Amino acid sequence: MPIKEDHTITADTFLSGIWKENPVFVMLLGMCPVLAVTNSVINALAMGLATTFVLLCSSALISMLRNFIPKEVRIATYIVIIATFVTITDYVIQAISLELYNALGAFIQLIVVNCMILGRAEAYASKNRFLKTMTNSLGMGIGFTIALLSLGSVRELLGNGSLLGYSLFGDAFQPWVVMVLPPGGFIVLGAWLLLFNWLKERKENLSLANERGTS
Amino acid sequence: MSPDSVSFIFLNAFLINNFVLAMFLGLCPFLGVSGKINTAWSMGLATTLVMLISSLSALFINELLVYFQIEFLRLICYIAVIASAVQLVEMSMKKFSPGLFKALGIFLPLITTNCAILGLALFQTSKEYDLAQSLAYSTGAGAGFILAIVLMAGLREKLELADLPNTSKGAAISLMLAGILSLIFMGFAGLGS
Repeated sequence: MPIKEDHTITADTFLSGIWKENPVFVMLLGMCPVLAVTNSVINALAMGLATTFVLLCSSALISMLRNFIPKEVRIATYIVIIATFVTITDYVIQAISLELYNALGAFIQLIVVNCMILGRAEAYASKNRFLKTMTNSLGMGIGFTIALLSLGSVRELLGNGSLLGYSLFGDAFQPWVVMVLPPGGFIVLGAWLLLFNWLKERKENLSLANERGTS
Repeated sequence: MSPDSVSFIFLNAFLINNFVLAMFLGLCPFLGVSGKINTAWSMGLATTLVMLISSLSALFINELLVYFQIEFLRLICYIAVIASAVQLVEMSMKKFSPGLFKALGIFLPLITTNCAILGLALFQTSKEYDLAQSLAYSTGAGAGFILAIVLMAGLREKLELADLPNTSKGAAISLMLAGILSLIFMGFAGLGS
């Protein structure tokens, strides 16, 4: 007997991708583009939107076809579907802005191997109805974009003294160049994770203290 | 050394533009399988093998694609080749060393989604490398991947014994470590000039 599907869409379906199961900060998926293209806000935004687009389209298609894809070749099917949408995105970005395309380089094509997208396909789209999948994927995409932006803004601010290309601190600012170079990506992401861990720990301690206070 | 010479291409992929620490490719296994030196070593070897196979096949397939003028299918063809190469390595490993097969577990099929491999195939195409240059590029990239992941595993084994505050345990401290490693590898940048 097939497992009964749960079709109810709750706020959590959408919000889990943004906070509780954030693909970058909680699940550490799709790290390569997260670190490689976040040396400026605009690159981070473009990458986030492109990934969200591919995620939405591929989960839509996979969710609709989920009863027709044979189980043995599902991963290969998912990859081919994802690769098709990535090819579309690749050509579209090339047509819209060649400058952006050159800045992002091979990382647009490498969306194919972003484990977040394949992970969503395998864990969610293949098991849930169209609307529910779309809601969840949209949340995941937004969560991914927010994560990219939070890295990109810190790195651009520290490494270049600017935000979205506008200089903020004037000429006296000494840029912290290492932040826009590869090591900066690792260190800034590590620092964000530290911050989240600290917040989580503080919250747990507070609720623990409250429980003790009431009992 | 001229930038097109085989030895420079090897050195470039191995140290100067290390795939993991300077170009951010293949971070998932780099952070996921670097818990123990032994598994990190075999993961590195398996990845290098897949890199070699897929790089050579990509070279051949690109010729075909250009001949028939269907370059827009490049991405789909490459990923299909990589997936089959991974399957091949998986089957032969299951037959010849079942112990290793068990140790790598879920991470073996996940080599397919290792961006270092697809990245390698795409870069060698855009740089228009010939057979010898592609071979040098893929062995260099593979050796660089092994170097990075084994170094990281060694550091993390030591980290197990360190007395850390609870907040920084796990991924946060590993990323900081990777940042410092990457900083060290930036020192190799001078080798190219």
